Amino acid sequence: MTAMASTVQQAKTIARPSMVNGARRHLLDLDDFSQEELDLVMSTTDAMREVLSRDIKKVPTLRGKVIVTLFYEASTRTRVSFEEAGKLLSADVINVSSSGSSVEKGESLLNTVRTLQATGTDIIVVRHPHSGAPYFMARNLERTGIINGGDGWHAHPTQALLDLYTMKRHLGSVTGAKVVIVGDITHSRVARSNLWALQTAGAQVVLCAPPTLLPQEFLSGEHLRDGHLFGSVNVETNLERAIRDADVVMPLRLQLERQQAGLLPTLREYSKMYGITKERLALAKPSALVLHPGPMNEGVEISPDVAHGAQSLIEEQVHNGVAVRMALLYLLMGSRQKSQAQGGQQ
Amino acid sequence: MVEIRILSAEDMRRAITRIAHEIVERNQGIEGLVLAGIRTRGTPLAHRLAEQIADIEARNVPVGALDIGLYRDDIASGSPPVVHSTEIPQDVDSRKLVLVDDVLFTGRTIRAALDALIDFGRPKQVQLAVLVDRGHRELPIRADYVGKNIPTTLREQVQVRLTEVDGRDEVVLVQVRE
Repeated sequence: MTAMASTVQQAKTIARPSMVNGARRHLLDLDDFSQEELDLVMSTTDAMREVLSRDIKKVPTLRGKVIVTLFYEASTRTRVSFEEAGKLLSADVINVSSSGSSVEKGESLLNTVRTLQATGTDIIVVRHPHSGAPYFMARNLERTGIINGGDGWHAHPTQALLDLYTMKRHLGSVTGAKVVIVGDITHSRVARSNLWALQTAGAQVVLCAPPTLLPQEFLSGEHLRDGHLFGSVNVETNLERAIRDADVVMPLRLQLERQQAGLLPTLREYSKMYGITKERLALAKPSALVLHPGPMNEGVEISPDVAHGAQSLIEEQVHNGVAVRMALLYLLMGSRQKSQAQGGQQ
Repeated sequence: MVEIRILSAEDMRRAITRIAHEIVERNQGIEGLVLAGIRTRGTPLAHRLAEQIADIEARNVPVGALDIGLYRDDIASGSPPVVHSTEIPQDVDSRKLVLVDDVLFTGRTIRAALDALIDFGRPKQVQLAVLVDRGHRELPIRADYVGKNIPTTLREQVQVRLTEVDGRDEVVLVQVRE
């Protein structure tokens, strides 16, 4: 009986692709991450931060591997930090953007990624305006691994992992910590991936936004239904109430490029009610951390004195972003090789 | 699985004491000396050596920890090793470094450790201390200080157990069945 139970347990752990058992080939979102897998990413990131602190910050680990960043949307930090991460690990990194590639000639996403696979690319980092595009790619590739660098409103797992890492570095543990995410929740892939990561890590998440920028499910209270995955998440439309005693405050940029018209009266009004200012930050815990996924619109969702103030970790987030992406490339590259070897044997 | 104990806790203690004396003798003191343990079990061994050396010379030797995960040549053949931070206590330039590891086998770990070390600077000299040398080298590498030479077959495994990691001190030879 116990033997059978443990076999079932084993089968479950083997069946679930994870970086812990070396079977994860793609990083698409954090909804299937266990605490153990998050911990592995965090400890590997510690090691990568040590590499970043060296005089010669380069290690030979991924020599001979090819990484392509395929960006169908604008990006500074995600793209640069993936490129830097790949190069510091000695991989060859090639940047492809939709303008200037055959995408402009009308090549489909499927044919583009098949071409990249055929050229011997080991990992593609993709950013796409359509939610789910990385999943579609992953389904259609036999050899190349996919990392989601942001897809539509859906997910931005590497951002959420660097946010979690930054919080953990300063708080020790995020279990029980009050994390307030403020702003355009509906259109934010960062908020979605952060929800998964923070939920798994045991943080107490509060989403704060005007009702027009909150997902319907949270607004209607449907998430409070028994057994709902986000049952423990609190929703608050009043910022002063939401921010009280917070350990972490994370304002988000208004995703104006994704919003429909009419969600906000004016930017000025939004800023007045939901902007993080020094006075509002004073309502949080005295040592509360300020994070922002970037890019910032200073004076709208965050005031300049908070963005560059003593409690701001925004620059450190960018630094940690390189280390987290090094860790992910390292962990996924090993898994990729293993699954290939197994595939070859069968 | 048959286990044969090769070194007891007492044997290990004596071997470490002897190596400590040899290090001091060969280097005519401990001026400019740094010990670097290779994770996982090389690190506690390096600390034990440092304690013995401190007893002999009445001065402390700096001890560091080297993680070779990012320098291995076999990432392709399995799930990637868990990597930890490397902590080298000071500038390695113009210092004498003693690498410390538990078992010397193919020599590939030491090759990786040398690569890792050289990324931190240009040591004046690098020496190697191991608790057990089991033979079967695949690279031209030899140890300067050896606790015990143990001739083995490729079907055997040498396991070093340390109180700090495994709860007790011993070295055993394990017969791996086909």
